[in-house]
Amino acid sequence: MEKETGFVGKAEEFLQMFKKGEEFTKELLKENEKLRYRIAQMEESIQRSADEARIKLYENRIGLLEEDLNSLKKRFRQVEEENKDFASKYIEVEEENNNLANLYVASYQLHSTLDFSEVLRIVLEIIINLIGAEKFAILLIDEKTNELVPVSAEGMAVSEAPKVKIGQGRIGSVAKEGESFFSDDLAGAAELNPLEPIVCIPLKIKEHVIGVISIYKLLTQKEGFTNVDYELFNLLAGHAATAIFSSKLYTQSERKLTTIQSFLDLLKEKPRK
Amino acid sequence: MPNILVVEDSPTMRQLISFAIKRIPNSHVIEATDGVDALKKLSSGKVDLILADINMPVMDGLKLVSLVRGNPAYKSIPVIIVTTEGAEEDRKRALSIGANAYLPKPIQTQELIRLVNTYLAN
Repeated sequence: MEKETGFVGKAEEFLQMFKKGEEFTKELLKENEKLRYRIAQMEESIQRSADEARIKLYENRIGLLEEDLNSLKKRFRQVEEENKDFASKYIEVEEENNNLANLYVASYQLHSTLDFSEVLRIVLEIIINLIGAEKFAILLIDEKTNELVPVSAEGMAVSEAPKVKIGQGRIGSVAKEGESFFSDDLAGAAELNPLEPIVCIPLKIKEHVIGVISIYKLLTQKEGFTNVDYELFNLLAGHAATAIFSSKLYTQSERKLTTIQSFLDLLKEKPRK
Repeated sequence: MPNILVVEDSPTMRQLISFAIKRIPNSHVIEATDGVDALKKLSSGKVDLILADINMPVMDGLKLVSLVRGNPAYKSIPVIIVTTEGAEEDRKRALSIGANAYLPKPIQTQELIRLVNTYLAN
C-alpha cells in the first residue's frame, strides 16, 4: 500500500513536470513563431529598402541619361542649324561662282579680239545669251554730229533703231547723264517704239559716254532681272565700252597704216621709174 | 569619263557651257560649232551626251537631233537642247523630234548641271 502510494505520487510529480515541460515547449513555440514573424518582417524591410535603393539608383541613372539625351538633342539641333546654314551658304557660294563664271566669260570674250565687228557680235551674244534680250540695238556717239547712231541690232533691223541727239528723249538722256535706265514695266509696249526702250545702258570709259545699249524686248522666258543681270549690265557699261572703243581705234589705225604703207610703197616705186 | 558634246555657234555660250560642264567630276567637253561639225565629232569618238543649240548656221539643232535619232549608232545618246527659243511649241517640237530635255536661255548653271547629271546617270 505504501509502495502504491509512493508510485502514484511519483506519477503525479512526473505528470506535473510533463505539464510544465509542455507549457514551456508551447511558450518556446510561441516565442519561435514571434521570432520567425519578426525575421520575416525584417527580411521584408531589408528587401524593401534594397528595392528602394535600387530604384533610387535607377532613377539617378535615368536622370543622368535624360540630361545626356537633352544635351545631345540640343547639340543635334545646333548641328542641324549649322548644317542648314552651311547648305544655304553653299548655295550662295555656288550661285556666286556661277555668276562670276558668267562675268569672266563675258569679259574674256569682250577682250579676246580687236576686230570692231567681232566685238559688236560678242556684245550681241552676251545680251542675247546671258541677259536674255530679244530686241535691242547698240548706238554709238558720232563725235562730228553729236548724235547717237545705231551700229548693230538684234531682233530688229539696224535701220529701225533711231538716231538720237545727246540729251534728247530717254536714250539721249542716258547718253548725257551716263546713268542706266530700267523701266518698271519690263514687258514693254506690244508695238516696238525705238525711242522708248525698257532698259538703256550707257557705254562708258570712266565718265566719258561713247554710246548706249537700248533694249526693247526680253525673251519670253525672261521674267525679270536678277543680281547677275545688273552685274552684267555694269560689266557691259565698262568693258564693252573699252572693247568697242579700242577695237574701233585699232581698225581705224589699221586702215590708216594700210593707206600710209601704200603711199610709202608708191613713193619707193617712183625713183625706179 | 563622260564625254559631252557642246554644239553651239556662239563662242561665248560654248565657253560658258564648257565652264559649267567641267565642274562635273571627270567630265570631258568636246566643242562643235554647228550640226555638221557635231556629226564629224560624233563619228570620231565616243559621246555620252549632246548639248545643242537650235539656231546655228550650216545645220541647226533640230536637224542634228533628227539625224542622231535616225542613226542606230547614236540614237541612244541623250540630247539636251539649249536655246533662246522659249515658246511652248518650240519645246514640244524639239521633244517630239527626239530631244530628251529643253533648256531655254539664259541658262541657270545649276539647272544645266542637274539635267546633265540626270541623263548621264540614266
